[in-house]
Amino acid sequence: MSYGNWEPVIGLEIHAQLMTDSKMFAPESAAYGGADNEYTSPISLGMPGALPSINHRAVEFSIRIGLALNCRINPHSVFARKNYFYPDLPKGYQISQFDQPLCEKGFLDVFIDGKAKRIGITRAHMEEDAGKSTHHGDYSLINLNRAGVPLLEIVSEPDIASAQEAAEYARSVRNILRYLEVCDGNLEEGSMRCDCNVSVRKKGDTKLGTRTEIKNVNSFRFVEKAIDYEIQRQIASIESGERIVQETRLYDSTKNRTFTMRSKEEAHDYRYFPDPDLLPLVFDSSWTDQIRAKLPELPREKATRFQTQYGLPEYDALVLTQERGVSEYFEAVAKICGNAKAASNWVMVELMRELKETDKSIEAQPIKSNQLGDLILLIDKGTISGKIAKSVFAEMWASGGNPADIIKAKGLVQISDTGALEKIIADVIAASPGQVAEYRSGKEKLFGFFVGQVMKASKGQANPDLVNQILKEKLKGS
Amino acid sequence: MSIIEKNLTELCDAVQKRELKSEAITKAFLDQSTRLNPKLNAYITMNEKALEQARDVDKKIASGAKVGRLAGVPIAIKDMLCTKGIKTTAGSKILHNFIPQYSAAVVEKLEGAGAITIGKTNQDEFAMGSSTETSHYGICRNPWSTDYVPGGSSGGSAAAVSARMAPMAIGTDTGGSVRQPANFCGIVGVKPTYGRVSRYGIVAYASSLDQAGPMGHTVQDCATIMEVISGKDVRDTTSAQEAVPEWSKNLTDNLKGLKIGLPKEYFAEGVSDDVRKVVKNAIDIAKAAGAEIVDVSLPLTHLGVAVYYLVATCEASSNLARYDGVRFGYRSDFEKSPAVDVDDFYSRNRGEGFGSEVKRRIMLGTYALSSGYYDAYYKKACQVRRLLRQNFLDAFKKCDVLLSPASTTPAFKIGERIESPIEMYLNDIYTTSTNLAGLPGMSVPGGFSKDKLPIGVQIMAAHFQEQKMLNVGYAIEKSLNLTREVPNVVR
Repeated sequence: MSYGNWEPVIGLEIHAQLMTDSKMFAPESAAYGGADNEYTSPISLGMPGALPSINHRAVEFSIRIGLALNCRINPHSVFARKNYFYPDLPKGYQISQFDQPLCEKGFLDVFIDGKAKRIGITRAHMEEDAGKSTHHGDYSLINLNRAGVPLLEIVSEPDIASAQEAAEYARSVRNILRYLEVCDGNLEEGSMRCDCNVSVRKKGDTKLGTRTEIKNVNSFRFVEKAIDYEIQRQIASIESGERIVQETRLYDSTKNRTFTMRSKEEAHDYRYFPDPDLLPLVFDSSWTDQIRAKLPELPREKATRFQTQYGLPEYDALVLTQERGVSEYFEAVAKICGNAKAASNWVMVELMRELKETDKSIEAQPIKSNQLGDLILLIDKGTISGKIAKSVFAEMWASGGNPADIIKAKGLVQISDTGALEKIIADVIAASPGQVAEYRSGKEKLFGFFVGQVMKASKGQANPDLVNQILKEKLKGS
Repeated sequence: MSIIEKNLTELCDAVQKRELKSEAITKAFLDQSTRLNPKLNAYITMNEKALEQARDVDKKIASGAKVGRLAGVPIAIKDMLCTKGIKTTAGSKILHNFIPQYSAAVVEKLEGAGAITIGKTNQDEFAMGSSTETSHYGICRNPWSTDYVPGGSSGGSAAAVSARMAPMAIGTDTGGSVRQPANFCGIVGVKPTYGRVSRYGIVAYASSLDQAGPMGHTVQDCATIMEVISGKDVRDTTSAQEAVPEWSKNLTDNLKGLKIGLPKEYFAEGVSDDVRKVVKNAIDIAKAAGAEIVDVSLPLTHLGVAVYYLVATCEASSNLARYDGVRFGYRSDFEKSPAVDVDDFYSRNRGEGFGSEVKRRIMLGTYALSSGYYDAYYKKACQVRRLLRQNFLDAFKKCDVLLSPASTTPAFKIGERIESPIEMYLNDIYTTSTNLAGLPGMSVPGGFSKDKLPIGVQIMAAHFQEQKMLNVGYAIEKSLNLTREVPNVVR
């Protein structure tokens, strides 16, 4: 996307809900769902005298993320209160981190058209989520199950230069969160939330333009569309002589436009100050080292390894490593069949298409890695053709059966018997005298027609290599 | 000696030795409360199950089962502490209907040791006051002279113990709220080192200053209660790991080798002659008990009240945000006149639910934390607070404990200072610094004024050095022998 003489400046604030068993400062379940207000306690209800205590695991998860995003982990950080009134904020303040966050000064390399772009991470700080309000005409209901669920807010530098880069950055963060098994990264369900800060300036200007913030965009596609809309809107406003107002906007995906939620004049003074109920979060840096030592291989490192170890093209390596589950599945298939390129193709094309169509995760789909490996082995051994394999795959998807059983039951074994093939081919030639004459007079394109006829007559079971070989021989004529 | 004139230690012994039944003890104090509460207003709520619980303890003892060291002895609890199933108001209208589903850690520990919660004592609203005149449930009166305030904010606890409506009470001390009413009512009040006692379940006023402590007739009684309520609580991350000593066993009135510092700033102008005389006498007693007296200086003392009223109001402005009428507590009559919007809903609940002193402090704190003022007020206050703490640490290099007046004058008259917040705030001049520095402090009875109003002596120690402080109090107490003095209203 080109913006003419204009240059967008974009920064993202990503809230990642940490998959801990209990809440950030309270002992009850942090699970999604539950009956209304089931997962609450005096602490998350903000009852008088209830005090917070820090969830050790949430800190560990946050350090994991900080390390994966190349951040400095501060062994001394401070929880602060962010004060504002809202009915689903029980204490009248949110416990967050302000001037002394847990993680600072990191970066993430994202890849746009094969080229790396480094996006700076200003900070990543811990905080608790608010509850949920639903409004019904003249009354509202509040569910506090989510109140106090741990979040890590990851704030990027304004290093992002296009809507596409922004979406790619958000996807990369999501992939890392999922690799680390600390957040399921689901924008639709809100376990990951994305606020986009957008401004534009004339190319070459060093001063930043006035920014707007787009809140809670709930898919990566919408991140891209919302930012794109906002960039165009800001350019059009400035070009028509208007001034950009610093404000918070919301994105309406049905109309593909952003609209004002609140302006800066209505913005809160949050009156941050250190939470006197919580001592500073202090730990020995050896804890950080222990966590670092246990970090899994991350998507980018894995993609590089796939390129060298399996000789995969960069594109394949990047696609296969986006999801940790997919990458592990691919490696299992490749190990069984010994044919990484075929494994890559089957996983990337057939399997991922089914996953997308049925909206299933790699963990929840019916074909086991050893079954797909076996299928590829059967192709490579010549037992079935690649084409037959696709129908076997469809049957495996439907029934979860083993490929060998399906081939046997349906009689799909490839015909590699020269005698049998010669008979079929002879019949095809005999039945198509016109085409034979045309072919022989130089219309070699008709070869495909004969292959098709033979495959049809063999119900697709003819060994294609042998068919080619025999057909060529027979069509030469006497 | 009648039951209600016995102190906590004597009552505990009597129960353990089966000389007295808990039912008789509890009934005696309940009767005294029924008789005197209309006059003194020391209690907001009585525990209706107190007698039943006392009978349960008696049954347990009769069956030979093992019981805790406080078994069957009634204790009054300040209404800042949550009590499961018993209304807890913090002296405010905004909590007029709040019945907690949990007890404060302090209450759990007391009840765990067998104590009976007899009732919830009156206090300044959210502990914001020095006279128990800001309570939504009416002013509390000083048993020694009912025209006078009992002090505050734990005035109800002090009055209840002083008038023998309970042998022991728990108070909370944010800027002197245990020591000053103990001082005004002629009893012993101890504020432990910050972190000694879990704050879990105590309605928060100023989290970095609040600390619960015992208010009783003797140093021994208070030391016993300290042993029960102290110790690490995982639910309060600011509670200390420090081991809990056996203060009550280790008490001694031999002060040989102990250095007592007299901070000169605490003997400045404004200290009344009566108070000077009492404190002078206490110093002489300590000297006679073997202590060495040294002069020390706490040069930043004059900033204590200002720093306190910034730190405390800032924290309070945030701590009290949860009282919004959404989940519990007072809610305006929206049936009669519906809320215009959510801001109107808040404004009415809070506007009608909070009293004027609480509103004043919320506004002060909100202002001081606001963007543009934070550095000049809150941040500066925190810096001075660190220096104040250093003042004390420097002083404790020269002495073991500090001894001073607890306030410039004995109890003042009801209504005398309530219209003048500054004058009221200055009443806390000798007590607030201890909280800002996180130090332990106590007030022990030292005598009476010409008008027969009690006057206490304040003793402060270094962090976690409560024993030294208690010993000095013990020596003064033994020498003066005032623990059987009772106000006329008792008889």
